[in-house]
Amino acid sequence: MFPPEFDYRRAETVAEALSLLSDHADRDVRLLAGGQGLVADLKAGAATPDLLVDVGDLTSLAGVTVAADRVTVGALATHAEVATSATVREHAPVLGATAEHVADLQVRNRGTVGGNLAEADPTADLPAAVVAADATLHVRGPEGERTVAATRFFEGEGRTVLGSDELLTGVSLPARTAGAYARETHPATGYAMAGVAATLDVADGVVSAAGVAATGVADRPVRLGTVEERVVGAPVEDVDPAAAAAGAAEPIAADRLVGDAHASGEYRLQLLPTVAERAVEQALEGAAAGGGPA
Amino acid sequence: MSEHEITLTVDGTEETLTVAARTLLVHALRDELDYTAPKVGCESGTCGACTVAVDGDAVKSCTRLAVQADGSEVTTVAGLADDDLHPIQEAFHEEHGLQCGYCTPGMVMTARELLAETPDPGREEIRAALKGTVCRCTGYHNVVDAVETAADLVETPDAVGVPDHPEGDATDRTTTTEDG
Repeated sequence: MFPPEFDYRRAETVAEALSLLSDHADRDVRLLAGGQGLVADLKAGAATPDLLVDVGDLTSLAGVTVAADRVTVGALATHAEVATSATVREHAPVLGATAEHVADLQVRNRGTVGGNLAEADPTADLPAAVVAADATLHVRGPEGERTVAATRFFEGEGRTVLGSDELLTGVSLPARTAGAYARETHPATGYAMAGVAATLDVADGVVSAAGVAATGVADRPVRLGTVEERVVGAPVEDVDPAAAAAGAAEPIAADRLVGDAHASGEYRLQLLPTVAERAVEQALEGAAAGGGPA
Repeated sequence: MSEHEITLTVDGTEETLTVAARTLLVHALRDELDYTAPKVGCESGTCGACTVAVDGDAVKSCTRLAVQADGSEVTTVAGLADDDLHPIQEAFHEEHGLQCGYCTPGMVMTARELLAETPDPGREEIRAALKGTVCRCTGYHNVVDAVETAADLVETPDAVGVPDHPEGDATDRTTTTEDG
């Protein structure tokens, strides 16, 4: 499968990338990072842009840093980098635990955090992690930088709040004690039928904060407040993951369910409490061990 | 539409060529430069038969534009061996880790990255690492045997033959500030 023809420009700086987006506002322009979603879409004819602006060389958007109890991940950090980063494992374990589940080894080597989030695939793993983690997404546009809460970033299948003249530059999240990601994977497609990311903060043996979010079930990642409420305030050893996860499906509105030929929305919803139970259980194990999942 | 002059170092040889923006890396390698070791299987980024190492990382060359790889060092399965087979190739030979052999370039190049990072992997780790590399003969059992044997044959990570990554590895790119 050869992609249809298009023009290609490689941006050397963030400013140049933004200029290219503005200068070609009358054309169908797509940003290219690792290309693990977009190049496949080009070949399948699912994307037919006039121009690709390659931001893959913007080294200022790479890497992981931690400062003042916040972890910042550049938009161009790859899933492989996030999954193997000791900094992520220590300070944002939910992100590392999620990144290691993404696709396969080859895709993790080139697929990026920013590309994955901007793609807004309802079955993608990382969106659940950033929503669970109360992350902030950093966006640059012609007017400068703005920040968007992860909970407000996703607007549906393939849709985000990003404007056509904007670039996602990174994501920052508060440091947390423990985090985990569990999913039920379709054996043939490899995609999540239901995935749950869970973060926990623990102080003096008591769960002081929790963030739990689902992917693969609705048209965007959804916070599972009913699960969080049953975890927060309890001593770590007293939390019953099954009881906490029993109401996991409640926050999902029926008209936002997504399904495909492999698994209907209703089936995905049925899976959700079990997957949420596993995620909470693994996060609790991580908290007991002082970090991410064993 | 736009055309681009790019330079690739393929199996140690510097190659300069002009590609259309839409040219995939696998087609540049096979059709323009005659490096036919990476195979075209599913053409949809699923099967991994086209896997090569790009700057040391296993990458599906059908899911990469050639222009994106400009300036990169590309290693195909044919570039692993000199006069003798590479230990991973030797292990696939000894364990009959192939039937038709079409997936083998991807299997070997993926196993190479696994062994560079995990010198003594368990069978489940091997299966997880090979998730993105599909064998339609379904000969996975012997493939896993082959990677286990390769782990025994490869004595040091250097022997896996991963070239230095120009950007440094993931650990190098992860920085921690003191006030964290």
